Amino acid sequence: MPLGAYLVLAALVFAIGLFGVLTRRNAVGILLGIELMLNAVNINLVAFARFTGGLAGIVFTLFIIAITVAEVAVGLALVIVIFRVRRTVEADHLDLLRG
Amino acid sequence: MSVRVGSAALALLVLALPFASFLLLALVRPLRRSAVAAATVSITAMVAAVGSAFWLSWRSLPRALLQSPSTTWAWIPADGGPMATVGVMVDDKSMAMCMLVTFVSLMVQLYSWAYLHDEPRPSLGRYYAYHSLFAFSMLGLVLSPSFIQMFVFWELVGLCSYLLIGYWYDRPPAARAAVKAFWITKLGDLGFVAGIVMLWAAAGTFDFWELFRMANVGALPREGLALIMFLIYLGAVGKSAQFPLHIWLPDAMEGPTPVSALIHAATMVTAGVFLVTRAFPLFLLVPDVLTLIAWVGAFTALLAASMACVESDIKRVLAYSTVSQLGYMMAAAGAQAPGAGFNHLLTHGIFKALLFLGAGVVIHVFHTNDVFRMGGLRGQPLLWAPFVLATLALAGVPPLPGFFTKEAILGGVLEAHLTVPFVMLAVTAFLTAFYMFRVVFLAFFRGGLGDGHAHPHVPGLMSLVCWALTVLTIATGVAMARQVLTAGHHDGAPAWLPAFSLGLAGSGILLAWLTYQRQALDPARLSAALAPLDWAARRRYGIDAVFVGFYRFVLLAFSRLVGWLDRYIVDGVLNVVSACTLRAGDRLRRIQSGLAQDYLYGVALGVLVLFVLAQWRLR
Repeated sequence: MPLGAYLVLAALVFAIGLFGVLTRRNAVGILLGIELMLNAVNINLVAFARFTGGLAGIVFTLFIIAITVAEVAVGLALVIVIFRVRRTVEADHLDLLRG
Repeated sequence: MSVRVGSAALALLVLALPFASFLLLALVRPLRRSAVAAATVSITAMVAAVGSAFWLSWRSLPRALLQSPSTTWAWIPADGGPMATVGVMVDDKSMAMCMLVTFVSLMVQLYSWAYLHDEPRPSLGRYYAYHSLFAFSMLGLVLSPSFIQMFVFWELVGLCSYLLIGYWYDRPPAARAAVKAFWITKLGDLGFVAGIVMLWAAAGTFDFWELFRMANVGALPREGLALIMFLIYLGAVGKSAQFPLHIWLPDAMEGPTPVSALIHAATMVTAGVFLVTRAFPLFLLVPDVLTLIAWVGAFTALLAASMACVESDIKRVLAYSTVSQLGYMMAAAGAQAPGAGFNHLLTHGIFKALLFLGAGVVIHVFHTNDVFRMGGLRGQPLLWAPFVLATLALAGVPPLPGFFTKEAILGGVLEAHLTVPFVMLAVTAFLTAFYMFRVVFLAFFRGGLGDGHAHPHVPGLMSLVCWALTVLTIATGVAMARQVLTAGHHDGAPAWLPAFSLGLAGSGILLAWLTYQRQALDPARLSAALAPLDWAARRRYGIDAVFVGFYRFVLLAFSRLVGWLDRYIVDGVLNVVSACTLRAGDRLRRIQSGLAQDYLYGVALGVLVLFVLAQWRLR
């Protein structure tokens, strides 16, 4: 398969993730969208690593997976705290900083 | 040299004593609140100041003025030497003024203690504090070695007169009169300060002695000097109540009578004449301004004398007579005889103080200022003698001092070939005798109305002060008479002048006697014969009305215009700007929805735009 196919796949995944982030009202759904976007980037990096023969892309991917795990842990912890305080995780209702 | 330093130290002592008294009374509250202590402090300081002033002149007078009589210290530092200096200038003029100021102040302070005895204690303490400050300011003015120091004290004198005229500040007329005196004199001071600054720009110094030296050797630039000296003269016009700025002085009668005595005799109004006398070597360079001074002075003298003839308030008559005599002094300076004017200033200071203090006695007896409600004091020579003697001195009857100084002024004006001013001054001399004796006959000798006061009670202190000034007036007159008799008639003036001025005074007295004592002439017919003049003089020739009109229709209209501009144009622009800012902020506020996803939309859109831009640029 040519490189372009991987890139199109990554772009599709990224777009789906972004769409999720922008449209989901549930905070957990937004976090899932962010995961998709990050994995789209991972696909990109691995594809470039595979086609150019460097190791850098693979190393980056490993780092990103680790950071993603940490980010999800923190993000879910935040969601739980928000739920305890506000009794909701609907992003539409979390507008304390409205001007 | 030791004499010099000693003189300066003594002069500083004269200056420091009233100031110390003022500081003490101003800062130590219990001292001020108890009137006895305040009066004691103030009068003690004044006694010491009188002693120092007389000692100063006794030891310094014979010395010839070969070098600068000033002792100065640097004040405003600048590149290449100080820009201005402070110090004292001890010469014959300042020493004579020192003696006059300290002595009259002392007399007035003593007299005030009896006259204002019924005042509340704390406000009497305040009164004495003002008096000390007043004496200090005037002494500082006469001892000034430079224009700039003189100006500082000049303003202090104005402030003190404001404070004392408005002593009864809870009475609206007194408060108004104080403000009027302050602002009208400020009008003249504007010219004064502008003149000083322009003179400094032209000559590079404020120092009198240095300026006189430059004037002597012709180092002063003549160009623009006339304007400068005219502006400086404006200050004297305001202070010495020359036409048209004389309107504040009659209103200043709202203050206590001793204050009037002080202001008219020694401290406030003499400052203008003193300024012209002090700066005379500079005025000498601009003959046009001198002529103007003479004309304005003579006109002021005549105008004020005519207004005094129709006035029934005894203090206002005296006020107009002061304006009139100040016109005399200014006319003398304008006729290049400043010595005659200055001598008249000194003698006038003594007997005008006596006149006011004597008027205070009759006001004390009758509890009114109106001469038509007085009278019947013929049997009380102790009461009327000082006042009558001072009146004779003012009218110019020998051997009292007013005769000699007034005659010297008339001679000087005649010598300068100022015929019209001379005629005006001669008519003034006649009118002066008339209106002063009108007051004397109405207030003291007329029978009838006041007979109820057969045995009026007058405090001993008041009589004592009056008699002390009486003795001094006589002594001055006798000394001047002896000087004239031994030195002969002063050359230049025609021989008929003494007889002429005596005739003027005599005919004025005679007319007043016929009209108000013998009642051979009916005053109503007299005023009917001069109906238009009478009508105008009673309305003060409309000069006050001109000022009021100027204030109301020009100044207030201008202020309203400026106020309107400020309220609707300046404020309007600011209001529009602030309203726009508020509205824009309100609109922009809505962008901050507080929803994380909205911000993410923004970020995504921004990235998209950047992406498109990058693609477009690459192409």
